[in-house]
Amino acid sequence: MALLQIAEPGMSAAPHQHRLAVGIDLGTTNSLVATVRSGLAVVLDDEAGHSLLPSVVRYHPDGRVDVGYAAQAAQNCDPHNTIVSVKRFMGRGITDIEDIAGLPYHFVDAPGMVQLKTVAGVKSPVEISAEILKALRRRAEAALGGELVGAVITVPAYFDDAQRQATKDAAQLAGLNVLRLLNEPTAAAIAYGLDNASEGVYAVYDLGGGTFDISILKLSKGVFEVLATNGDSALGGDDFDQRVFCWMLEQGRFAPLSASDARLLLTKARDAKEALTEHTEVRVTAVLSTGEMMDATLTQDEFNRMTAGLVSKTLAPTRKALRDAGLAVDEIQGVVMVGGSTRMPCIRQAVADFFRQTPLTNLDPDKVVALGAAIQADVLAGNRAGDDWLLLDVIPLSLGLETMGGLTEKIIPRNTTIPTARAQDFTTFKDGQTAMSIHVLQGERELAADCRSLARFELRGIPPMVAGAARIRVTFQVDADGLLSVSAREQSSGVEASVQVKPSYGLGDEEIMRMLKDAYTHAKDDMYARALNEQIVDAQGLIAATRAALAEDGELLNADETAAIEAAIAALEKLIASPDVEPNHHLAIKRGIEALNAATTEFAQRRMDRNVRRAMAGQKLETFG
Amino acid sequence: MDFSRTHFELFGLPPTYALDRDRLDAAYRELQNAVHPDRFAAQPEAEQRVAMQWATRVNEAYQTLKHPVNRGVYLLKLQGVDALDAHDTKMAPDFLMQQMAWREAIDEARAGKRVEALDALTDELRTAHRRIEARLAELIDLARDYEGAREAVRQLRFMDKLIAEVGEVYEELEA
Repeated sequence: MALLQIAEPGMSAAPHQHRLAVGIDLGTTNSLVATVRSGLAVVLDDEAGHSLLPSVVRYHPDGRVDVGYAAQAAQNCDPHNTIVSVKRFMGRGITDIEDIAGLPYHFVDAPGMVQLKTVAGVKSPVEISAEILKALRRRAEAALGGELVGAVITVPAYFDDAQRQATKDAAQLAGLNVLRLLNEPTAAAIAYGLDNASEGVYAVYDLGGGTFDISILKLSKGVFEVLATNGDSALGGDDFDQRVFCWMLEQGRFAPLSASDARLLLTKARDAKEALTEHTEVRVTAVLSTGEMMDATLTQDEFNRMTAGLVSKTLAPTRKALRDAGLAVDEIQGVVMVGGSTRMPCIRQAVADFFRQTPLTNLDPDKVVALGAAIQADVLAGNRAGDDWLLLDVIPLSLGLETMGGLTEKIIPRNTTIPTARAQDFTTFKDGQTAMSIHVLQGERELAADCRSLARFELRGIPPMVAGAARIRVTFQVDADGLLSVSAREQSSGVEASVQVKPSYGLGDEEIMRMLKDAYTHAKDDMYARALNEQIVDAQGLIAATRAALAEDGELLNADETAAIEAAIAALEKLIASPDVEPNHHLAIKRGIEALNAATTEFAQRRMDRNVRRAMAGQKLETFG
Repeated sequence: MDFSRTHFELFGLPPTYALDRDRLDAAYRELQNAVHPDRFAAQPEAEQRVAMQWATRVNEAYQTLKHPVNRGVYLLKLQGVDALDAHDTKMAPDFLMQQMAWREAIDEARAGKRVEALDALTDELRTAHRRIEARLAELIDLARDYEGAREAVRQLRFMDKLIAEVGEVYEELEA
């Protein structure tokens, strides 16, 4: 078993200590995995030399699962069990999905997130996405020849908390250690910015298969600061296919379609759209299973006319992002195009007209996100000097609470730099009120009903007081992944309640455990052995890091404090070394890890204080020197 | 974590309303470079947690000092003055008159769907905003007239609201 190697922050590990880390672009249409090899970001291909993995999953009656091209080939003949564009269902309820009637799936309305009924049972979008991630993990491990230390997974910048949490859950289910969720436009900016050593303000226009993002970034002295982001998490190339599909229905005047004929026409629609990137017109033909036929010509002009509404739907968020950033169009130094859908000439023209400049397309729009994610994964895994650059990202949508009368009270406004925390005080409405229901919302609308509901929880045990006397402080904390946790505390009594914002749209830990079990009954992997192995590796890594910290900064502690940490290390070492007799030995090691973490918290704080002093000392020299 | 330091001390800046934005930005970058969670992604959990707390604190301090209203509110708070006291609604009559005139101009631009009028209005509002900022610097840094500064801070908030309203009208007209 390989020992985890951990470098000091800001110091690169020696070459032989290279830790295997990847960036994954989990796309609506296609997914990719990339890594940094000998200092260069590269996309990893499969054995057949394909770099793209179609984001298509097919379930067989015996539980076998196909992912990628094999699944894609079956989408017309087995449409109910072959899931395409699953990203559109991540973190979404049944009422959120717009064209649900036109989709060939058997949806099951489940609390929080919609599920899909297949021959292999009911599957959640998280499980389906996990299949795609597993395929990419296997591809990466085969190519790199070892287990991955971690992965950076990209998400649309405009993904809300529920969609982000669902993505993180999928990665966990696929056995990936998520180093960070990274916004797709930010990932693209890394790939571009580092390539071109740019300074200034850039716009990243990212139109994928199912999502649209616009981000405005300032690049300055190695800092990528996102100034504003906006978008539409249900707008992408799929919608353009849909328009062509409707045109085909008009042309063919077909009787109501079977699921497989509908899938066939959608596939033809996409082919026609792609052909129009290179040609001014395309002949579209189809023969349905009923014997009905169509044969018509679609011109680029006609295509542009029927998709003009979609193109302008991307410009409204673009204006909003510019306004939020407080910038005019002529202050944008360059526009980076990301996502396969930006190949469409109508999109390139619209973006060029809007920004009054030719957009940058010199990196492959399908690969740039994965490449940027790989570069960031390399940094986060500790493989290179960390102070090369720094990413400062934002939350895309305001976070708030429901107040009296069903209104939204914003706690953290959109485009706030993360990580961030904000507290606000509330009070009781009735005399003697002892409980308060807290409803966490995300969105810009004034009515709570128009925002996304992220979670509900209750603070109980408030001492009875007259209305308005209690002081309930609600604290929102958003971490560097953009994920929210909320806590509430009554100030006078100290009564406390908190949630990881998961329950209403994400999955509970128990549900994840059930899925993990399901997953491993099909694999040969022994779940327990895997869990134990993971805990031992974690424990060894933690001990090594703690020892290194003691060696470097031991003088920050007095003798008693040092002894307490040494004792926690010794206890954990004993646990690792002791034979695996108990059935839940991994849980004992986990508790030992928690104990050592707790014992080093104060030490970590002092080390950080010293970091801050050093940073500011350097600053003053620079400023006044 | 040391919370006793003021936001100004954290960035090594003098506690004044007039702000050297380049110095603030440089100090912010330097500090985030030292404490950001991305620097500790491969470190033990305790260090990751401390990094998140510190980065959160640095972001909060930066946002407070960068934002003209928040910086004013914060400086007055350091002087024991609550700038956002809900009971205090005193406002100079000529400022209120000007507010009403601007509101009318917004309504007219909306009714006439005139984006150019909004552009001109935006320029005017931003200029007025900067003028109040300059006055705040005099009131706080030189005159130490915190009561006067309190009113100016509230005026700035009014201006922010107006600018936000103009933004909403843009969105309406562009839709």
